[in-house]
Amino acid sequence: MRWGVVTFPGSLDDSDARHALEVLGEPAVALWHKDRSLQGVDCVVLPGGFSYGDYLRAGALARFSPVMECVIRFAADGGLVLGICNGFQVLCEAGLLPGALIRNRHLSFICATVHCRVEETDTPFTAAYSQAEVLALPIKHGEGCYVADAETLQGLEDNRQVLFRYVDAAGRATEDANPNGSLRNIAGITNATRNVFGLMPHPEHACEALCGGVDGAGIFRSVRVTLSDGLPIRTASVPPGL
Amino acid sequence: MTTPLPPVTDAQAAEHGLTPEEFHRLCDAIGRLPNLVELGVCSVMWSEHCSYKSSRVVLRGLPTSGPRVLQGPGENAGAIAIGDGLAVVFKIESHNHPSYIEPYQGAATGVGGILRDVFTMGARPIANLNSLRFGSFDHPRTRYLIGGVVSGIGGYGNCVGVPTVGGEIYFDKAYNENILVNAFTLGLVRADRIFRAKAAGVGNPVIYVGSKTGRDGIHGASLLASAEFDETSEQKRPTVQVGDPFTEKLLIEACLELMEQDSVIAIQDMGAAGLTSSSVEMAARGGLGIAIDLDRVPKREATITPYELLLSESQERMLIVAKAGAEQAVMDVFTKWDLDAAVIGHLTDDGTLRVQAGGQEVVALPLEPLAHGAPVYERPYAPPANLEEMQRLDFGQIPQPGDYGQTLLRLLATPNIASKRWVFRQYDSLVGSNTVVGPGSDAAVLRIKGSTRAIALSVDCNSRYCALDPYVGAMTAVVESARNVVCGGAEPLGVTNCLNFGNPEKPEVMWQFREAVRGLSDACTALGVPVVSGNVSFYNETDGRSIPPTPTVAMVGLLADVAHHTTQWFKSEGDVVVLLGRTREELGGSEYLATVHGQVRGTPPWIDLSVELQVQHICLQAIREGIVRSAHDCAEGGLAVALAEACIAGPGEPLGAEVELEADIRPDAWLFGESQSRVLLSVRRKHVNRLRELARAADVSCTMLGEVRGRRLRIGSLVDVSTADLRATWANALAQRMEE
Repeated sequence: MRWGVVTFPGSLDDSDARHALEVLGEPAVALWHKDRSLQGVDCVVLPGGFSYGDYLRAGALARFSPVMECVIRFAADGGLVLGICNGFQVLCEAGLLPGALIRNRHLSFICATVHCRVEETDTPFTAAYSQAEVLALPIKHGEGCYVADAETLQGLEDNRQVLFRYVDAAGRATEDANPNGSLRNIAGITNATRNVFGLMPHPEHACEALCGGVDGAGIFRSVRVTLSDGLPIRTASVPPGL
Repeated sequence: MTTPLPPVTDAQAAEHGLTPEEFHRLCDAIGRLPNLVELGVCSVMWSEHCSYKSSRVVLRGLPTSGPRVLQGPGENAGAIAIGDGLAVVFKIESHNHPSYIEPYQGAATGVGGILRDVFTMGARPIANLNSLRFGSFDHPRTRYLIGGVVSGIGGYGNCVGVPTVGGEIYFDKAYNENILVNAFTLGLVRADRIFRAKAAGVGNPVIYVGSKTGRDGIHGASLLASAEFDETSEQKRPTVQVGDPFTEKLLIEACLELMEQDSVIAIQDMGAAGLTSSSVEMAARGGLGIAIDLDRVPKREATITPYELLLSESQERMLIVAKAGAEQAVMDVFTKWDLDAAVIGHLTDDGTLRVQAGGQEVVALPLEPLAHGAPVYERPYAPPANLEEMQRLDFGQIPQPGDYGQTLLRLLATPNIASKRWVFRQYDSLVGSNTVVGPGSDAAVLRIKGSTRAIALSVDCNSRYCALDPYVGAMTAVVESARNVVCGGAEPLGVTNCLNFGNPEKPEVMWQFREAVRGLSDACTALGVPVVSGNVSFYNETDGRSIPPTPTVAMVGLLADVAHHTTQWFKSEGDVVVLLGRTREELGGSEYLATVHGQVRGTPPWIDLSVELQVQHICLQAIREGIVRSAHDCAEGGLAVALAEACIAGPGEPLGAEVELEADIRPDAWLFGESQSRVLLSVRRKHVNRLRELARAADVSCTMLGEVRGRRLRIGSLVDVSTADLRATWANALAQRMEE
């Protein structure tokens, strides 16, 4: 399989995502925001950063770029899309994931290592983890507070679309463990068809023992295992668009 | 032919900051009276900020060469070889006055400017540091300034993909109305691909790239950075530039992409004095002339005047001398990144800066006097009248504190010693995937991808010491930053400094400056670390009151093997706690004396440079042998604070320690005195003898203090505090002060 990492103007963690994939032995190509093809990749990564400066709203402009037209079609056809941090914001703006990411509760940017609990393992992005495993992952964002209306939130829970939740070291989803005010401590969600995953933590910065630990590597390994072994993916029975 | 612009008057020259003598010198050099545009160009080139006219003579004393130095002072930044065909390019620079007037933009553009100084040399920026000085929390403006500066550094640094991996912050009422914001960037480059700002090739095109020019920052360098503050300073807000980190990120990528081709001959950031200084300096370095057509400069508004275009300090702009015929190749790269680029002139052979606008020649000035003709001052100097009084300290008048444990907690809660996590958690310290040790240890450590090597960084200055003795204070800044880098596992390689002082026209400020440079010079020479770049910031005064001398030193070190990286906190129970170096009975200039006894006086701790060198050498050797589990410099707050930090500063649960007391000096001096040349180590018990051997062979004092054990810090019978209390106090103090 082959990975594609998109570079928007203002992307910052694009080369870090490619580096992490290289460390994990995964072949990856760079995709440019003006591209009108995804070069036949099997999984697209939308990286962290401040696409187009994020002066309007995080991710608001990136969704209009030519490459995003391809990504939206790719996702509709079942292609795997992973949005990290700003990439998560872009996916929400593009309507590929429900809800939105707003300014952190305490308003300031935060760079820290947090704990996340793996909520579901029957997805292409989490299959290599064990259920309720607690991961140490870095976050670094100013607009990572996940919000959605009550109905959407309930739908996410009912359909088991919340994949990562902020927890304490013991795995409890407490208020203190929530770094940015996200509703229900949500750190990452998938879509109804479980082929699009957005999360605020940075797994690409947790793929080497020397720099940030290795707890993020499981996401990339999950995709690899799913695509090569064709693990059955149970999809939720809800209407698309949620 | 249009009428030439009229000559300026003496009054206009004075408004531009030129003294009558300087104005006469200028007229003599160009053989006539300048017009207004020319006066603007000349005054900015001859400003203190651009010409170093008060410091040049003194700075000649600094050691600037060494076998690894690829570029010393005089370029946009310095460069040092680190092996494997690689080099690091680095510099520190001040943005003090803009940050006081407009803290967010002042600090943000400080970061932007220093980044450009580094990537203009072809190096990809991989690390930022900053050194900040604020006033007392009792001052009404302090919280506003801290909040603005920190979010400005984050707002810019977090958007450009360069991690902010460390820094230092001190608080002192002497900075109440003149804060310091010093920004440092380090970049990585192939040693054979360093670009310089020396023009060559008559006829070669001069290309402007980056943001359009607007009316911001006019006279930032000449009037804002080269004059004291007074009650009118608020009105200088329009001289502060406005930053756009998104454009900066594109500019970094576009410039580095262009530099992979063979199109660029010279390149320089349009920083202080903008288009003027970049064109004058590049052409003068090459001994050529330069002709510029302002009609071709990308502008934000059509009505901007030639005077404004030449002096604007609009951010995110670079000037490139390209090879003739490479114009389109340059344009293509900048078009790809959606940035403006325009050929605005060419190099000439007449040694003259010629600028035309609307078909009229508005500037025709000889380059040599512009670039190098500023007067060089040997300013008078004399020690401050109250120096001897300040250095007097009668130990008999200093009572021992009643409760040493409470005193330790009180020190851990002072803003100067408390954890700076509230600040550095607002900075992205991870982007780039090189951060092995981030903010919060003695030194930041960044690995070099594709190599076993790593870089260690630290920035330091104790201005209290410098106020009491600028010579010893400046030496301390050098040796402490080196010690920090050594504690991180690295060999110190080189230095950049930012010399923040008051008005150099005052003899006591000039004396402080000369003494500090002498201290830097002696310490750098003894440690074998050359100064490869730097910046002088004078006129840090408000209403006639000068800041304490603040010669900030940023040290760059090299780890041949990243596996040797070391952190300051204890690792496991049972390890032995060892002190390298000797504790003297010293309290002068200490945080303890200031906080507990309300006194800033005495002489700063003594330094014997040969002892310092041996302590660092032994520490590094032990680290390289793999027997050191933690290493921490003893600095502000002394041994007790160093012990506490080793217990609580780590990412996991705190570890306690049980330590014996050496009884031959006053207990408060042993606990809280700030004797130099000391490092607190922890080692496995089986390695204690090896460490002793190493120390004995080098005649370095090596004392077994005790053991890492339990959940309390116990020091003899004097201190017994739970690590939970120590951590809570230390970790929360700064956030609490900000929220008060």
